Amino acid sequence: MLHEVTIAEAGKRLRTGEVSSSDLLDAALERASRTEAQLHAYLTIDRDGAREAALVADADLEDGIDHGPLHGIPVALKDNMCTRGVETTASSQILAGYIPPYDATVTRKLREAGAVIVGKTNLDEFAMGSSTENSAYGTSYNPWDISRVPGGSSGGSAAAVAVGSAFAALGSDTGGSIRQPASLTGVVGMKPTYGTVSRYGLIAFASSLDQIGPLSRSVEDAAITLEAIWGHDPLDATSYAGDYPKPSAALSNGVSGLKVGVVKELAGDGYEPAVESAVSAMVDGLSDAGATVVKVSLPTFDIALSAYYLIAPAEASANLARFDGIRYGHRGEGATTETLMARTRAEGFGPEVIRRVLLGTYALSAGYYDAFYGQAQKVRSAIQEDFVRAYQDVDVLVSPTSPTVAFEAGARVDDPLAMYLSDICTIPSNLAGHPAISIPIGLDTQNLPIGFQVMAPALGETIMFQVASAVENLADFAERPILEEVAS
Amino acid sequence: MTWESVIGIEVHVELSTESKMFCGCAVDFGVEPNTNVCPVCLGLPGALPVPNRRAIEWIMLIGLALNCEVTERSVFHRKNYFYADLPKGYQISQFDIPVCHDGYLDVTVDAETRRIRIERAHMEEDTGKSTHVGHGGRIHAAESTLLDFNRSGVPLVEIVSRPDIRGAAEARAYAQGLRAVIVELGVSDARLEEGSIRFDANVSIRAVGDEVLGTKVEVKNMNSFRSLERAVDYEIERQIAVVETGGELTQETRHWDEEAGVTQSMRTKEGSSDYRYFTEPDLVPMVMSAPWVDEIKQGLPELPANRRDRYSKAGLDADLAGVLSSSPAEIRAVYETATTAGANHRRAANWMVGEVTAWLRRTGTDPAELPLDGPQLAELVEIVDEGHVSSSAAKEVLEGVLSGEGQPRDVAKARDLIQISDVSALDEIVAGVLADNPEAVDSYAAGEQKVIGFLVGQVMRESQGKADPKLVNQLLREKLS
Repeated sequence: MLHEVTIAEAGKRLRTGEVSSSDLLDAALERASRTEAQLHAYLTIDRDGAREAALVADADLEDGIDHGPLHGIPVALKDNMCTRGVETTASSQILAGYIPPYDATVTRKLREAGAVIVGKTNLDEFAMGSSTENSAYGTSYNPWDISRVPGGSSGGSAAAVAVGSAFAALGSDTGGSIRQPASLTGVVGMKPTYGTVSRYGLIAFASSLDQIGPLSRSVEDAAITLEAIWGHDPLDATSYAGDYPKPSAALSNGVSGLKVGVVKELAGDGYEPAVESAVSAMVDGLSDAGATVVKVSLPTFDIALSAYYLIAPAEASANLARFDGIRYGHRGEGATTETLMARTRAEGFGPEVIRRVLLGTYALSAGYYDAFYGQAQKVRSAIQEDFVRAYQDVDVLVSPTSPTVAFEAGARVDDPLAMYLSDICTIPSNLAGHPAISIPIGLDTQNLPIGFQVMAPALGETIMFQVASAVENLADFAERPILEEVAS
Repeated sequence: MTWESVIGIEVHVELSTESKMFCGCAVDFGVEPNTNVCPVCLGLPGALPVPNRRAIEWIMLIGLALNCEVTERSVFHRKNYFYADLPKGYQISQFDIPVCHDGYLDVTVDAETRRIRIERAHMEEDTGKSTHVGHGGRIHAAESTLLDFNRSGVPLVEIVSRPDIRGAAEARAYAQGLRAVIVELGVSDARLEEGSIRFDANVSIRAVGDEVLGTKVEVKNMNSFRSLERAVDYEIERQIAVVETGGELTQETRHWDEEAGVTQSMRTKEGSSDYRYFTEPDLVPMVMSAPWVDEIKQGLPELPANRRDRYSKAGLDADLAGVLSSSPAEIRAVYETATTAGANHRRAANWMVGEVTAWLRRTGTDPAELPLDGPQLAELVEIVDEGHVSSSAAKEVLEGVLSGEGQPRDVAKARDLIQISDVSALDEIVAGVLADNPEAVDSYAAGEQKVIGFLVGQVMRESQGKADPKLVNQLLREKLS
């Protein structure tokens, strides 16, 4: 089926004239119309904009203008990335009806690469969550089992890619928000080195941790998409200005001679046996393929989650202060500026956002700063040192992406701490600013996908993709979700 | 008991860079509200700040001019608070690692010079502007508030002094001296009435001899040097009165009411506000390398205080040196060129701060448009020194030059203002006057020296004022001896 092919394959067919960009778009839109009622992956489908972009892509190709590997490919954007003229809400009531006057840098780059933007995908409000249940516009569901969540916060992007209503999608990853939903939906999800993909136009959650990256159906597609969106951006002061690696060129290099470290701390209590056995089978596979496998201890990983839940909310408490009802978005009623702002925020933010804003405000308060935020920053430095030490001995680190497979919708909604534990394997890479990728490696007995995480040092994308590609080949994961189609 | 005041001053300077601190919008207030705005300075979702290199160079320049150290690695912080004209809900500012620290400015009051230490100069961004409509423009009971974000994100430098200032006159002198430095650097319009330079004073009192600082009161809303001096003076007296009548001072912010001539308590907040400062994660630390600092240092112009010293050494008295050194650059440039060409310093300076400045004011001419150059001033001074033109006639010559009539000598000729310095031409007039005034000649012979003045006057009258009085005097004495 056309909606199931990879970007690489679709690109070949486009260039032989076998299919057009409009055909690819039709396939994605057709797929969306059959699955959205159950999945709710999208908040907005921009049919007109996508149609026009596909026609332009087709016309360009006919005229011999080729914008590269994403030319004519239908992709989706998480709804926390600004799209000029298309509603962007970050799944929050406070931004209901907000239409950005400008494109995020990634949006611009996708357009310049000839991609066709299908629409905006659902997320946990302001990317705060691990299940996409914290969306003001309704939960997204997992195509492998629609009683379960697709993970989060980029759950909409993950579900869309898994089900074929987009050939790839962008997500944002602050503590695992690309990799964890990729793992739970059986797709590839990758968080690049901090600073390599511009954050300009990404509605900020935690600025020092946020990073945009691709979700795709293959490791190669992830590399292709990454190479289209990354690069130095003068509009982002934290953007990396040096030379960028070229991971797509190293995919077939294999793992022979590489040293792979298995993180000791990311196993044991709380990890589902099916996840652990799939991961250890893959580790054996890498070993058989010629990699040297060693166990590595990074003791600070045990306190990474605590540090993350101080740093991220602290930054968020300031990042979300701009939503005050004065210039845009929802406005509450109030006779004074103070009540207007307070009501705007009380009405506009959902409970998880309010919880984190309060947590962050508290952590930054006079008298508590040193004990909370200051201490968390020290832990962050210690984690970075732990990584540096580990990478003296190994090329990459591996672990499960998530301790569990997709959980039932509603199961963790009333237990924030259980929800927060979903990101235990992914958070350290955010705190260090390092790249990491999740690759689907199999299904458990309930037919739910299991993800395998490969981590690498900063700007180590080439070797990371090299290992990820080997993992993909070893896993030979070809299953697709069987979703009972409901005509909408 | 004898009291002394302890005063620290915080100065906010709006830099006149071409673009704002963190975006490309123009710094320009003469336009329609909300036209110099973009996603960044409006705080739209997803927008990110990128620092203005020129602004950072200018704060370094300010710091160096105020004898500060430039920090090698300086960090931006977020200062969090909610206000309608603060678009992001935080101001990008600096907290514990400002760009500049530990400088000083020397100020002179009543011929006594004291060194006021400067704690820090840091970089931040301005807020938008609120205009409250209805009920006299006050926020309480205003019918509505208009917001203009043209000012949002304009680079601001905050300069904080140590509490080294004593008395209102010194507060004023510090503020004026600091403004003079800013003006000299050309980094701000530095107009008090427009708020492009703003002064807040922290005032406390203590018994003379006490080491401990008293309760500090912040006084705001002074938009002239005079009101700064009045406000500080009032506040000192108010605090003394409170303490001497057994009252207790509260730490608070007070508003200067220019019309009533009093400071008034602003709504006091419960406790002190907590700005929850933390490192701005959207920006990386600024690194001010030694070569960069050196480069900026090379660009430092001569500062007013140094210039005053130089003028004094060249022979100007203290007042004249002071007035000239704070005169507009165009005025000083004419003086500098003329004196370099050999003109007498004192006379050249007198022309510039006297007649020339008066002419500019009278005609409403901008100093930049001054139609007088250095060589012309030198020539004007020279023709007076040479005796070709009298001092009073020289004013007419200047008038002519400024009106575009030509070079001073030509104007003097054309306006018939050249003194008669030719002995043969004067001889005849002198002889005539002596013949007409035998009594005066007799009186002189009898020892009444002062009668010579009368005779000089007669010669001047006969020559219609064109005779060189010095020469006439000399000739008369020769003839009478």
